[in-house]
Amino acid sequence: MQSVNTLADLEPGERATVREVSQQLPDLERRRLIELGFYPGTTVQATMESPLGDPIAYQVRQMTVALRRDQAQMIEVDRIV
Amino acid sequence: MSDQGIGVQPVNFDVVRTDSACEACRLCQGPQLWGLQTDEYDYLVALAGCPNVGKSTVFNALTGLRQHTGNWPGKTVARAEGTYRHAGDTYKLVDLPGTYTLITPQAEEQVAHDSIVYGSADVTVVVIDATQLERNLSFVLQVLEVTDHVVVCLNLVDEAVRHGLNIDADALATRLGVPVIATAARFGRGITKLIDAVKVIAHAGATVAPYHFTRSDPRLDRMLSNAATDIEKEYPGIPASRWIALRLLDGNGPMTEAVRLGDLDQLMPEALTATSTRSKVTPLQHPGSSRGEKGARLLARIAEHLSEPRNFYERVVGSLHTEASQIAVAVSTTKHMPWQLGMSIDRLLTNLWLGFPMMLAMLTVVFWLTISGANVPSAMIASLLLDTVHPALKTLAAAIGMPWWLDGVLLDGVYMSTAWVISVMLPPMAIFFPLFTLLEDLGYLARVAFNLDNLFKRVGAHGKQALTLSMGFGCNAAGVIATRIIDSPRERIIAIITNNFALCNGRWPTQILIASIFIGAMVPPALAGFVSAAAVVGVAVLGIVLTFVVALLLSKTVLKGEASTFSLELPPYRRPRVLSTLYTSIIDRTIFVLWRAVVFAVPAGAAIWLSANVTIAETSIAQHLTNGLNPIGMVFGLNGVILLAYVLAIPANEVVIPTILMLTVLTGDVAGVGESAGVIFELNSTQAIGEVLINGGGWTLLTAVNLMLFSLLHNPCSTTIYTIYKETGSVRWTTIATLLPLVMGLATTFVIAQVWRLLT
Repeated sequence: MQSVNTLADLEPGERATVREVSQQLPDLERRRLIELGFYPGTTVQATMESPLGDPIAYQVRQMTVALRRDQAQMIEVDRIV
Repeated sequence: MSDQGIGVQPVNFDVVRTDSACEACRLCQGPQLWGLQTDEYDYLVALAGCPNVGKSTVFNALTGLRQHTGNWPGKTVARAEGTYRHAGDTYKLVDLPGTYTLITPQAEEQVAHDSIVYGSADVTVVVIDATQLERNLSFVLQVLEVTDHVVVCLNLVDEAVRHGLNIDADALATRLGVPVIATAARFGRGITKLIDAVKVIAHAGATVAPYHFTRSDPRLDRMLSNAATDIEKEYPGIPASRWIALRLLDGNGPMTEAVRLGDLDQLMPEALTATSTRSKVTPLQHPGSSRGEKGARLLARIAEHLSEPRNFYERVVGSLHTEASQIAVAVSTTKHMPWQLGMSIDRLLTNLWLGFPMMLAMLTVVFWLTISGANVPSAMIASLLLDTVHPALKTLAAAIGMPWWLDGVLLDGVYMSTAWVISVMLPPMAIFFPLFTLLEDLGYLARVAFNLDNLFKRVGAHGKQALTLSMGFGCNAAGVIATRIIDSPRERIIAIITNNFALCNGRWPTQILIASIFIGAMVPPALAGFVSAAAVVGVAVLGIVLTFVVALLLSKTVLKGEASTFSLELPPYRRPRVLSTLYTSIIDRTIFVLWRAVVFAVPAGAAIWLSANVTIAETSIAQHLTNGLNPIGMVFGLNGVILLAYVLAIPANEVVIPTILMLTVLTGDVAGVGESAGVIFELNSTQAIGEVLINGGGWTLLTAVNLMLFSLLHNPCSTTIYTIYKETGSVRWTTIATLLPLVMGLATTFVIAQVWRLLT
């Protein structure tokens, strides 16, 4: 069972597969996210939120990367239930 | 010029050219593109790798040089160079900025990219982090598309073992087709083998065909091969044709531009041979005017190979990562799940209720250790330099019959101010910086940035500013340099301009001294220490608040703009090397403080003594100046001495207090202090200093409060101003960064003085 969401919808501990990084993002910004590992097919896990709720840290390809919520919203994912 | 020096900024050097068109061409510069001195070496070795893999440590292990290394990404943003000798050959080693990708060069990463792609390194050593093998391997796979003269340095194997991770270096080498040397560079392990491997590749070149990342994506592979064939047709024998093909297919950036302009000719074998001549640089002759046409023809043909232009990049990155992941899985064995402990610590340190208190506690502990730890050594150094050495020197001067004025300038002026600066500055600096480095090495500072990003975001700034701000508590010039880790220009300028609001070590002594004399004295002695410490912390906190306020104002006015992309890597916790950090950091700081003492305190000391002893119309120059400045000073609740001291102390904040004391002694009427004008004698106790200021200088609580505020809010010291100029390259931002805090300081003290006088 899968549901379409953005990365920002994941609760800490939840895992998902990246579907697409929004084409609306500026080219360089989009590339940077893809380069970090957020490209279609990668498995991502939300690990923790900053004390003030933003940014959020994600485990992607053996590393922990913090993204701001508005960026995370630009990454479409399929939640792994 | 020395080959050994570490260049902190790209070195410009002159290349004699006959063809002015060459100057505009980016491709034909070979080693010059690296900013290298092309002299006296046999082999050029590039050190490449992702950020935070211990590249600088490997560099230091190879060259024996010390370079500041840190546990946050992007530390080496400028290039370090060094040399080492092995088996009769000299190897020039260039440490390139860490980068995750060669495909999309961006600003600083561009340097690394260009150097690897166009620079004619004989060997490229790719340093990779054994604990993050998969991700690092995708970088290696990119380098392998560019050059096959590669040695992989599998670093941090000790960390990996601690995480229960074993990597078979030989199996990795077999897969990649290049030598892989396992190292633990911090302990010097594996470095000898690395040097040997570099030698083999330098002498013999590649032995095995390198791995291509397109193996599992035949369509992508075909695209690249076909495009590469087209390129080779137009430019026979060109190196790295597959890599050029990839960059052209991606259609983004300087490579496409270079082809359009016809500059690709400069990558031709004959051109490269010409530029790699070690001893001299031969200007290149552009072959003809048809270059542009050839380039356009090529671009058109390459575009035909592109089946889905929109997703080419994802496809490449996806392939790279997939291959990297497969190799990583095949060559490593994991005993247990890594990161578990780190994750638990992270949850604790970034917890809503614990995160901020722990941060505050950490900051307080660092400050407390610095301030209280510095007291004893400060007193010891002062007692040695001021009470023992100074009288001895005076006696000696008298014995050899030194003229009074020379004795005065040298011993009472230059020596005293230098001794003061050393005794006051050295201990806190030597304590603060190692502590800071330890927290950084541990990985804690990245968590601080993670916790604070939200606040910085609200004022339009970058979360990594938390790091540069903390660095500023040590030294603002260091804080300004540290802003290089912020990749967005707008946010970086904000961080640079506001760094001065972090109360640097040079200003702490002023704060602590004035607080203990005037504020601590207002309460019962039992509470004095606590209250004066609270006052100093209050000023430091005010500085942090102003950092946010000014950042907000800047991003609403002159630095308007979109909040740029933010991504912060939280590196795994590492056990810091305590002893080595202490040693390196203390040595570094000692040298830094001594250098500042010599460069700034020496002339300041001489200037103060001379101004106090050279008289015009029976009054000393200093007296004239302070008398003239006094009315202005009073408007701001300060006085002429303070203003003059701040002018004299532009080079270095740490001379403010000695200058104020010397000037007060010589212009005021202080009985029994100082044998001659312009000398500070026996002013080692806080009480004595207080008496001088209150009785001799006529200081009040208002003077003290406003001095503390003015110490926080005034222009940065000249080292910082110069650093800001170097970092921004802009007179405008440098001027704003210099004048903004000064104007704020004058406005604040003015308002307080006026209100104070109305109320009292």
